[in-house]
Amino acid sequence: MKRVTITNEAAAVLEQLKVKHGELIFHQSGGCCDGSAPMVLEKGDLYLDESDILLGAIEGVNFYMNQDQFEYWKHTHLTIDITEGRGASFSLEIPLGLRFLIHSRLLTDEENAFFNK
Amino acid sequence: MSYSKPKFKEKYSNFINGKFVAPLDGQYFDNTSPIDNSFIAKYPRSQKEDIELALDAANAAKESWGNTSATERATLLNKVADIIEANLEEFALVETCDNGKPIRETLNADIPLAVDHWRYFAACIRSEEGGASELDSNTLSMNIKEPLGVVGQIIPWNFPLLMLSWKLPPALVTGNCVVLKPAEQTPSSATLLMEKIADVFPPGVVNIVHGFGPEAGKPLASSARVDKVAFTGETTTGQLIMQYASKNLNPVTMELGGKSPNIFFNSVMDADDAYLDKAIEGAVLFAFNQGEVCTAPSRLLVQEDIYDAFMERVVARTNAIIQDNPYDVNTMIGAQASNDQYEKIQSYFKIGKDEGAKVLTGGSANKLEGNLANGFYIKPTILEGHNKMRVFQEEIFGPVVCVTKFKDEADAIEIANDTLYGLGAGVWTRDAHQLYQIPRAIKAGRVWVNCYHAYPAHAPFGGYKKSGFGRENHVMMLNYYRQTKNMLISYDKNKLGFF
Repeated sequence: MKRVTITNEAAAVLEQLKVKHGELIFHQSGGCCDGSAPMVLEKGDLYLDESDILLGAIEGVNFYMNQDQFEYWKHTHLTIDITEGRGASFSLEIPLGLRFLIHSRLLTDEENAFFNK
Repeated sequence: MSYSKPKFKEKYSNFINGKFVAPLDGQYFDNTSPIDNSFIAKYPRSQKEDIELALDAANAAKESWGNTSATERATLLNKVADIIEANLEEFALVETCDNGKPIRETLNADIPLAVDHWRYFAACIRSEEGGASELDSNTLSMNIKEPLGVVGQIIPWNFPLLMLSWKLPPALVTGNCVVLKPAEQTPSSATLLMEKIADVFPPGVVNIVHGFGPEAGKPLASSARVDKVAFTGETTTGQLIMQYASKNLNPVTMELGGKSPNIFFNSVMDADDAYLDKAIEGAVLFAFNQGEVCTAPSRLLVQEDIYDAFMERVVARTNAIIQDNPYDVNTMIGAQASNDQYEKIQSYFKIGKDEGAKVLTGGSANKLEGNLANGFYIKPTILEGHNKMRVFQEEIFGPVVCVTKFKDEADAIEIANDTLYGLGAGVWTRDAHQLYQIPRAIKAGRVWVNCYHAYPAHAPFGGYKKSGFGRENHVMMLNYYRQTKNMLISYDKNKLGFF
């Protein structure tokens, strides 16, 4: 069972970014302007510690979220998708004129029992 | 009265060392208007090399600019203010076109406020003094303020010229040179300003470099050749920029957003008068600037015994908001700044509904007619729910307010502070005790009391908690762009006697 999945289209863009930048991570951003979006960064660029919760790996890319924010997200299942149209922030897909985004749904009872026991 | 889309050139450049300079590797990006998704112009897609060019210019200029007199610098700031003011309508039109906000706002708020910030900081520097203390009869301690040197600034797209005018004047007036990257969604007004003020400052003092975060923002924020970075944006980028700054032991200022509570106590409905009318408007200010404000009052907290009556009026006032062509002076709310925002806000409608929030009004995109059908319009929306829902906790950055009830003062304070953020808050009451005590109990940098969304230059603005740190506006901001040089002077002719 997985908390985070990715669409085929998003996975293809992720592969493209891996070729250019090497190993990557996702970090869910909060706050103003361009917040509340998943950011893809070079692995090692952002300092991570125990306050960053690892929600899972997609296509070999770890997906993290800050613990405080996770408190409000722990009942949701996330699907990373990609769409046309440039976003902002320091996320690596932005120069491609694309942006990653998240579709979320509430966890099913079964998933909830599995992840939040 | 209605305006129309202003004229632009086909292509614009960076402003480096007092001249317009094309990006070195010749790449540009298309900038579009969210009003109708039409093309505006091409702007430089700058890379590290362009940032380096700007940093060369800024570093070359910093010595002589840092040694100009306060009088000289203040005079130039006033000149900029006069130029913006003389071209107010042109700036307002460009801003509306680029950002999507109604012309009514840019004419009456964005641009006049921007003018005032340039004048305010020009006045501040002329009236302030350093410090001197006589530590004993032979020893004088003297504090002289010195500029940091070169400052990197990265600004957002929600108030393009105003955010530029929050950040540039205090940095310049204290004797720093600046490399500023405007948001790539709204590069136009910064460029127009450089066209108008190209000759005001010596070359290298102000540099504007356009581009994307990972390609232009990152080399600016991580450069060892800047002495400070100021950033407004989201939390992950904020954390990244702090890390880069830590490598250079540089100071940073961070403004990272909020989820501000707007609290209405039952006494607001004690009379049906002008004050109540003001309070209702205060609740509806969530829709101001399409909700694209870091301090947007996006959580509405209403005392339970007035909830139904109060909300009936808030919903009615919200439904009376005119959303139409942003170039029309009667339009109250315009388009979201980008497709990105437009889709994100709609995804939050789904998240809210999934979590059980009830839509009191709005809750969908607004398809306008004609060319505007291609624009990014969202209906002003009120969602009813509870504070643990994601829509109550995450910054949606749209014309969306989430409303919930509270029982008493303690309950109001608890809900207000149950958030990761602490940027703004509003407190509305006729009770003199609450007027003071409730704001003091709220963990936020700005609490509006019986008002909201006022941003005067002479009031410090900034966040608690995950909303960031450092302040903007107010005379205190000068010290965010300066070092203190302490000269400790002895007038004693006698030796210490140690050696």
